[in-house]
Amino acid sequence: MFDSLATAASLYLHIPFCLSKCPYCDFFSRIASPEQRDGYVEMLGRHLLFLYRSGVMNHALETVFFGGGTPSLLRPKQVAFLLELLNNTVGLAENAEISLEANPGTVDLHRLRGYRRAGVNRLSIGVQTLQDEALRQLGRGHNRRQSEQAFEWAREAGFDNLSGDLMFGLAGQNLDQLLQDLQGLLRLQPDHLSCYGLTVESGTPFARRQRRGQLALPGEELFRTFYLAIHEQLTGAGFEHYEISNYARPGRVCRHNLAYWQRRSCHGVGAGAHIFCASGYGLRRSVPADLRRYRRFLQQGRDPAVTLDTFDRREAMAETLYLGLRCRQGVCEDHFRARFGVGVAGAFPEALNRCGERLKKQQGCWRFDLEGWLLYDHFILNFL
Amino acid sequence: MYFVKSLFITFFQELEAPMDLSRIRNFSIIAHIDHGKSTLADRLLEETGALSDREKTNQFLDKLDLERERGITIKAQAVRLKYCADDGKDYILNLIDTPGHVDFSYEVSRSLSACEGGLLVVDASQGVEAQTLANVYLAIDQNLEVFPVLNKIDLPGAEPQRVKQEIEEIIGLDTVDAVEASAKEGIGIHEILEAIVAKIPPPIGDSEAPLKALIFDSWYDSYQGVIVLVRIVEGTLRKGEKIKLMANNRSYEVIKIGAFTPHPVELDCLAAGEVGFLIAGIKVVQDAKVGDTVTHLHRTADRPLPGFKEVKPMVFSGLYPIDSGDYDALRDAMEKLRLNDYSFTFEPENSLALGFGFRCGFLGLLHMEIIQERLEREFNVDLITTAPTVSYRVTNVKGQELIVDSANKLPEVQFIEEIREPYILASIHVPDAFVGPVLSLCTEKRGVQREIKYLTANRVMVVYELPLNEIVLDFFDRLKSISRGYASLDYEFIDYRPSQLVRLNVLINGEVVDALSLIVHRDKAQFRGRELVAKMKEFIPRQQFEVAIQAAIGNKVVARVNVKALRKDVTAKCYGGDISRKRKLLEKQKEGKKRMKQVGNIELPQEAFLAILKVKEN
Repeated sequence: MFDSLATAASLYLHIPFCLSKCPYCDFFSRIASPEQRDGYVEMLGRHLLFLYRSGVMNHALETVFFGGGTPSLLRPKQVAFLLELLNNTVGLAENAEISLEANPGTVDLHRLRGYRRAGVNRLSIGVQTLQDEALRQLGRGHNRRQSEQAFEWAREAGFDNLSGDLMFGLAGQNLDQLLQDLQGLLRLQPDHLSCYGLTVESGTPFARRQRRGQLALPGEELFRTFYLAIHEQLTGAGFEHYEISNYARPGRVCRHNLAYWQRRSCHGVGAGAHIFCASGYGLRRSVPADLRRYRRFLQQGRDPAVTLDTFDRREAMAETLYLGLRCRQGVCEDHFRARFGVGVAGAFPEALNRCGERLKKQQGCWRFDLEGWLLYDHFILNFL
Repeated sequence: MYFVKSLFITFFQELEAPMDLSRIRNFSIIAHIDHGKSTLADRLLEETGALSDREKTNQFLDKLDLERERGITIKAQAVRLKYCADDGKDYILNLIDTPGHVDFSYEVSRSLSACEGGLLVVDASQGVEAQTLANVYLAIDQNLEVFPVLNKIDLPGAEPQRVKQEIEEIIGLDTVDAVEASAKEGIGIHEILEAIVAKIPPPIGDSEAPLKALIFDSWYDSYQGVIVLVRIVEGTLRKGEKIKLMANNRSYEVIKIGAFTPHPVELDCLAAGEVGFLIAGIKVVQDAKVGDTVTHLHRTADRPLPGFKEVKPMVFSGLYPIDSGDYDALRDAMEKLRLNDYSFTFEPENSLALGFGFRCGFLGLLHMEIIQERLEREFNVDLITTAPTVSYRVTNVKGQELIVDSANKLPEVQFIEEIREPYILASIHVPDAFVGPVLSLCTEKRGVQREIKYLTANRVMVVYELPLNEIVLDFFDRLKSISRGYASLDYEFIDYRPSQLVRLNVLINGEVVDALSLIVHRDKAQFRGRELVAKMKEFIPRQQFEVAIQAAIGNKVVARVNVKALRKDVTAKCYGGDISRKRKLLEKQKEGKKRMKQVGNIELPQEAFLAILKVKEN
């Protein structure tokens, strides 16, 4: 069952700790003491060794991603420990992309130098917005100055592949404010930008505020205006809009995330991590977001992951489109046919019909246009 | 469907001596929905040892999943129980189950005709309901001995004294010996069995006379052919004999006879007074019509027993397969359902919007829902049901009378001389606190008051003549909500009366959608049109373009709403952990869209077709 993961060349490490919980976030994370974090890193080490020794992870890694939570709460030494462990076991490919999500409020020059020295070569900096008032509303523990500083320090520490996160569609936001955010971000010369429309996830404090009518988010028209403005500004500045929410300068796409959308295998360690095994029609697994259980399983030498989803051919075809069409590159008809023995049009004639002009085959690949992306869920539903 | 009935377990048993009539009791349980009839039936089965422990699931007699889920009984059943009474003698108790909903009242009268007595089961906190009353009167009309059982005596809200008084005052039954019971807790079950033996008279009938057996139910079994439930009124029926069905004069040879215990057990004979089944190689249910008399081919009875009135569908609606490729499967499924339910009718119908489908007739709204659910569940056909309507009598200018059971069959207004609509006589039982709202509801529904009567100090019977058209919309739901569930309703058809009715059309993006047309009273057309399009707006999902919904009487548009175009619908983040979760959210959304029908370039959900049922009036 794990054989195919042998070819997986991606690894995700989940760091489920934060200094405080943001009211819009529904990711698994805890507020933990430094001692608890030490203990967790040791468990991650055990987990990696478990995967290596059981033969599951046996191929030099092309991409490694420290996500969270707040991975920048890890001390450089801890990151170094994990990367060294990988280097000494499964190995890191020569040009491996090693990303770490950094929260501007948690880093300084010293720490960033440490990450760089440990082997991290790409930072994703959680700017979110450059408006201090809006940052307070989002419950972020940092301000504009700290974001700008984080970029400066990162360059000084030797990083040449920096990404910034931008959030838009914030409560009370107008187009001017968004344009200011974009200009401010572009001045920091990022290589990559992720621009997320704020989504209210159920079970979060934001969801409760929205139910009580205390959260006035922009309507659909304004959201569109924002989305299109971002597209215009960033493509105008030389970025490629390569996924619904992601922009990159040439050659700077996030290879790790691309693996998700192209449905390639990815290992995962840490409580709350997800794993995808591409063999057959695919298998999704996850490590339950339960720190005590995580520790217990690893101490007993057991695999803490559980099966989440299995796929038959039809489901695999549907998911291939559900993920692949998020990317500008789209889904290549020949690849699809080679994989499933049928073309997209042959497998989903009715769904394609319903997408109409929004989804077309260009240079052999099926692609949504910008309008199609804005109604992505509406259209993609037809394939599921 | 009747999976237990079709599992015929044949086993040898000793020849029983012809049953002594004084040891037989044939009885029914009469109860309102929710008053615990099925649970009580189960207890009686358990107490007499008819069920093994493994079979003591809830509500053994409700065989259809639907019956169990909805807590209602749709089809009659007959079960033979062996009971050794306190007097030391063995008795055969035949329990003939009855349905409890107004839509199926015709089945009640059939079941009662096979009995000498009935248990009137009344919820000790709810009291007597209109439906119960109607069934009790049916029983009393048929000279049945009825005795009351107060059920759910264990509940904190139970008021046995008050309810007994109610039974005496409303129905006029003596409650001195009424049994207080809790079927759920097993209280009073023995007392009930003793009362059945003591109070219900044994059947009478000459087992030497020419055979007369009343068919009170029949159904098709794919292994055995038609299975017929009979009550032997006179004579004796034996295995291997030649019989004749008196309605069509067809003759058959009896292959098997027996009784359900509740498992089918074969017997050698059934004599006067007994209840059981017979199998005689009858191919179609229509040949063994309920109400017909079975007699011997060579010693024919002089005349048949009085039969039953044939039931006619009262409510009509269109059923269309969502996937037009399912048309044949739907027809086959309907034919199969009709084998055992001849009160359900269907004929092909075409709709510009929905394509090929069927116009179906039902006894009432519940019957309609049940048929629809069974078609979907048992036969796996996804359906769109159009708004229910009744059957109108229309006289055109040439003096011809047309039967119109669909708004689309209504001629243009200039060709209509007169339209008549069916009226019913509705009896509503309600605590006096809710009489006001009930009266205004009846007035709003174009009712004509016939009677208001205090049954007891605080229970009132309100009798109205009402157009059935208004009942099939939302009358029952409204009645329940304005009386906090305390009102109950029974009704019977009276006649057709001239009325000012018009066709209300619904246009989507300027096109009339024929499947959405309705026949409504002229005075209400404008209001209904406005409310209908407002309601439809809630149900029609937003599309990539704006959708205009209009209501029109003839060519005159009376209301319009717009469903705004969808402008943004996108999941921003989709990484490792989001992939499964967000895909599943979308799949769930998709599941909800399954019951949608493409009409022109938009998709209409089932709810849009039934939106009229949700229109609230002031």
